[in-house]
Amino acid sequence: MTRQQVLDLYFMDARCKLIDLAAFMDRVERASGEEDFRMAEFRKAMRELEGKKNRAERVLLALSDPTPEPIAAATTKAACGAYPGPAAIGK
Amino acid sequence: MRYIEPHGHMVSRTTNDYQDMATAGCVAVCEPAFWAGFDRSSARGFYDYFRQLTDFEPKRAAKFGLQHYTWLCINPKESEDLTLADEVLAIIPEFLSAPTVLGIGEIGLNKNSRNEIKVLEKHVDLAAKHEQLILVHTPHLEDKLKGTRLIVDVIKNDKRIKPERVIIDHVEEHTVKLVLDEGLWAGMTLYPESKCTPARAIDILEMYGTERIWMNSACDWGVSIPLAVPRTALEMRKRGHAEDWIDKVIYQNPVQFMSQSRRFQIKA
Repeated sequence: MTRQQVLDLYFMDARCKLIDLAAFMDRVERASGEEDFRMAEFRKAMRELEGKKNRAERVLLALSDPTPEPIAAATTKAACGAYPGPAAIGK
Repeated sequence: MRYIEPHGHMVSRTTNDYQDMATAGCVAVCEPAFWAGFDRSSARGFYDYFRQLTDFEPKRAAKFGLQHYTWLCINPKESEDLTLADEVLAIIPEFLSAPTVLGIGEIGLNKNSRNEIKVLEKHVDLAAKHEQLILVHTPHLEDKLKGTRLIVDVIKNDKRIKPERVIIDHVEEHTVKLVLDEGLWAGMTLYPESKCTPARAIDILEMYGTERIWMNSACDWGVSIPLAVPRTALEMRKRGHAEDWIDKVIYQNPVQFMSQSRRFQIKA
C-alpha cells in the first residue's frame, strides 16, 4: 500500500484513538486521589511514540516485566497491563 | 471464503455462533481446553469437561456442518495446585484416543510461577510420550514477554519435541520473532481490547511473512468476537492482499499445522 492509501484507510480510526487517549489522560487528571504505578508506566510507554520504527513493539516492551526469573508463586490470575516492580509480584 | 477457526472456546458460546461461523465460511473449529472463569473443585470437573470437549461439542458443531477438534490439558491458571494438576494429567491419556483430539493444549504459563513451569514441563512430557501436537498459551499483558521466553526454553529443553509440531499462541509484536526464529509456529489472537487487533495482526503478517503463522478469535466467555477471523480477512482485502495470500493464512496454514495429527481430516 502507498502511504496515501494507508492514511485513507486508517487515519480516521487513529484520530479517534488519539482523542480517546487524550480524554483518558484528562479524566485521570480531573479525578481525585493518587495515581498508581500504571499511569507512570503508561507515560513512559508513550515516550516510545516519538521514536522511529517498531513503535508498537517498543510500547509493548515498555509495559512488560523485564525480569527473567519465574516468580515464587502465583497469588492472582489477572494481569494489570503494566509491570508493577519486583516487590509487587513477590520475587 | 473458507477458513479454519483454530482456537475457539465453543463451550462458552451459543449455538447461534456456530451458525454464524458456518455461514461465514468456517470449515472446522478447534477447541483447546481452558480456564472456565473459576477454579474447578476437583479432577472430576475436568473429566466432565473433557467429555464435553470430545463428545458433546463435536455433535453440536456437526449440526451446522462444522468439524470440531479439541486439545486437552489443565490450564496454567489452575496449575498452581500441583496435586490437582497431577490428578488431571493422570486422566488425560484416557481421552487421547478420542477421534477428535489433536494434542495437548492450551498449556503454557499465566503468571510465570515456578509451579506453572513444573506443570508445563509435565504436559510437554505427556505430549512427547504420546506423540501429540502441542498448543501453548502465552501470558497476558505485562507477563507475556517473560512468559514466552520461559515457554520457549521449556520446549527447547525437551529434545523429543520437534518445534514444527508446537504452536505458541497469542503472539504480539514483541514476541512473534522470538517464536518464529526457533522454528515454532505462531498464533495471533484477534481481540477487541487485548492481544492483537485485526489491523495489527495484518501488520505482523506484512512484516514477518505468512509462513508458520495463523490467526484465531479465541472466542470464549470474555470480550471476544467469534467472527474475528473472517472480519480480519475482509480487512486484508481492503489492504489489497490477494485471495491466495488470505487463504494461506486463514485456511492453508491451520490445515498444514494440524494435519501433522492424522486425526485432522478436512471433509471435502
